[in-house]
Amino acid sequence: MKTCLVVDDSKVIRKVARHILETLDLEVREAGDGREALEACLESVPDVVLLDWNMPVMSGMDFLRALREARIEPRPRIVFCTTENGMAHIRAAIDAGADEYIMKPFDRETLESKLQLVGMI
Amino acid sequence: MASGLRSVPPKAIAPPAPPMASIQALNVLAALLEARTGQQIVRHRSTRVDTVLLPLMRERRLETLDQLVIAILDGSDPSLAGRVVDALVNCETSFFRDPHVFDTIVETIATVEKTGRRARIWSVGCSTGQEPLSIAMAFAERHERIGTPIPEIVATDVSEAALARARAGSYTQFEVQRGLPIRHLVRWFEGRADNEWIVRPELLRHIAFRQMNLVSDPPPGGGFDLVLCRNVMLYFAAEPKQRAFQTLASAMRPSGGLILGAGETVIGQTDLFRLNPGGRGLYEKIDGDTVPRPA
Repeated sequence: MKTCLVVDDSKVIRKVARHILETLDLEVREAGDGREALEACLESVPDVVLLDWNMPVMSGMDFLRALREARIEPRPRIVFCTTENGMAHIRAAIDAGADEYIMKPFDRETLESKLQLVGMI
Repeated sequence: MASGLRSVPPKAIAPPAPPMASIQALNVLAALLEARTGQQIVRHRSTRVDTVLLPLMRERRLETLDQLVIAILDGSDPSLAGRVVDALVNCETSFFRDPHVFDTIVETIATVEKTGRRARIWSVGCSTGQEPLSIAMAFAERHERIGTPIPEIVATDVSEAALARARAGSYTQFEVQRGLPIRHLVRWFEGRADNEWIVRPELLRHIAFRQMNLVSDPPPGGGFDLVLCRNVMLYFAAEPKQRAFQTLASAMRPSGGLILGAGETVIGQTDLFRLNPGGRGLYEKIDGDTVPRPA
């Protein structure tokens, strides 16, 4: 079973994402910000990270830089999931190493499609 | 940070349930759809009929399907029947639907390229354009990588409303997140402030969109190397389906390829095509030069 780390400071988002992901047969872990996510990755590397952009303590972009510097292997797939819906943000995320990008609001079909694109389902 | 879910209206302001359709009204609507498109309304999908027609009924201040049918029949609004047909035609589609199909498309066209001729592809039932655009993206990026020509793409649909959207190349945020890799979005689309995403003209110009009824209209001319007719035949009864297969065959070059939807087949449906032994889900035209156009 593939593992997905859901990183979002909104409990509601984490809960809904968990519900959808579990119905897609993924094992779900949660983190409330980038630092918690980094600690979770150091403990056990997930297959994919569903990553919010704007979070307290450590943002999604800062998490991505820290993940790269930590040289964590195997590198998890990164799917940004954010309200930052402009082209400049999307380009910046891809340049920083994101594999896919979800523009909020999302639904089950969107999440399922993006996870298929990164080979998780 | 903000809510990541599509907002669900509270129950107090939830829209009313669609009105139940009478059998007579459904029969009239089914006959209208079949006469205009050759397509059938599947009886167990009567709930969907109510749902898809509800916006039009609200616009015209009609409360029941019976009232809608009366408005169609009394002829006071000549455009109403066309609007009903547009709403009833299933426009379900997405970018790169069934991704493995696109490998088959590229492999098939690669064999045509070896002849030195520019290949031609027909996307039948293209709806709002995601299928021909996906094909165009695949070949435009292949062109950038290895210099191969981009095929000529003709895309047809019975629904003028769907084609208008396809020609505009304008898609919602929801639509561009179904099947479309983010790198393709960045490469081939421009974002607008209202969350609509617009296809770049240099991609759109590879596709010629045309309104066409597959059962009654002549096909585009010129001869096609590959025809995609996915999830279209399943809406036709036996006789219109035969005519549709004949139309497809008459538009194809000898030994041209045909790709149907995942749940569709030519086996037991027509003797104009056979399974291509080398292709995954690819059918080939039999006796290509001798297929007559339907009368």
